[in-house]
Amino acid sequence: MNKNNTITEAQAVHPFDEHRDDEASKLGMWLFLFTELILFGGLFLVYSIYRMMNPEAFAAGSLHLDVSIGAINTIVLISSSATVALSITAIQLKRKRLTINLLLFTIFAAFIFMVNKYFEWGHKFELGLFPGGDAFNALAGGEKLFYVLYYFMTGLHGLHVIIGAALIGWVAWEVKVGKQTHDNFAFLENAGLYWHLVDLIWIFLFPLMYLIS
Amino acid sequence: MSKESHTPHIVHFNTQIKVLIALLALTWLTVTIAYLDFGNLTVFIALLVAVIKSTIVLTYFMHLKFDSKILTAFLILVVVIFGVFIGLTFFDYALR
Repeated sequence: MNKNNTITEAQAVHPFDEHRDDEASKLGMWLFLFTELILFGGLFLVYSIYRMMNPEAFAAGSLHLDVSIGAINTIVLISSSATVALSITAIQLKRKRLTINLLLFTIFAAFIFMVNKYFEWGHKFELGLFPGGDAFNALAGGEKLFYVLYYFMTGLHGLHVIIGAALIGWVAWEVKVGKQTHDNFAFLENAGLYWHLVDLIWIFLFPLMYLIS
Repeated sequence: MSKESHTPHIVHFNTQIKVLIALLALTWLTVTIAYLDFGNLTVFIALLVAVIKSTIVLTYFMHLKFDSKILTAFLILVVVIFGVFIGLTFFDYALR
């Protein structure tokens, strides 16, 4: 007997039903996000200990950062986080065009964030305030530590912004070609979770780097 | 969970817009109070606002309120583990 003849009722309704478990895939994404939290958490711990040992130097270093650029970037990231959250609502309501536009806005916000970062870092490089630069070498030990941590933590965060924007771009493409739909959007959700993590880390980086002085 | 029984919660557009406004207000708050002098409390207040903001992001943007509670439980576990890291490290440095 040909096994093709024994089609169950469920298979008849969904002839090409693939195995899928959205909840498990989301749990997998969260497990990855936990490793990211511990990665940045470790860096925050290093920052806290060195700050405790060099309070004046860290306060002085923090004064040299441009609060307005930091605040603008905070607003940009929070808004882009909101548009990703809105895009998930939009795809569930089958509003494909809106979903794509919200995702494109997110990528645009990531671009603005990185342009701000470019000007911010560029200005410090011009002043010689980078590891190995003249102004940096003239600093006391504690302020050097502050700048090294500043570059490493905001740099690693910036790398996450770039990766996140690339992921969102990939998702936007999948929405466009119909691979992400109103009842199958696990990849959109997971990429969104990654983007929110980027936002979450900045929520702590901004006050600790720019504001505490 | 099978696909048929999976009925995802749809968060309203309005809810997410309200969350965005709350987060922007808290950002304004954290910048404003940074210029006021609270002495030793400054760091504590800045971190408190950051914790409130991140809780809002986790609850609404990251859908923890509407998802399986196992995710929240795992997150709490990770935060506790991180807290132990912080506690042990600070004990070490404080008692040297």
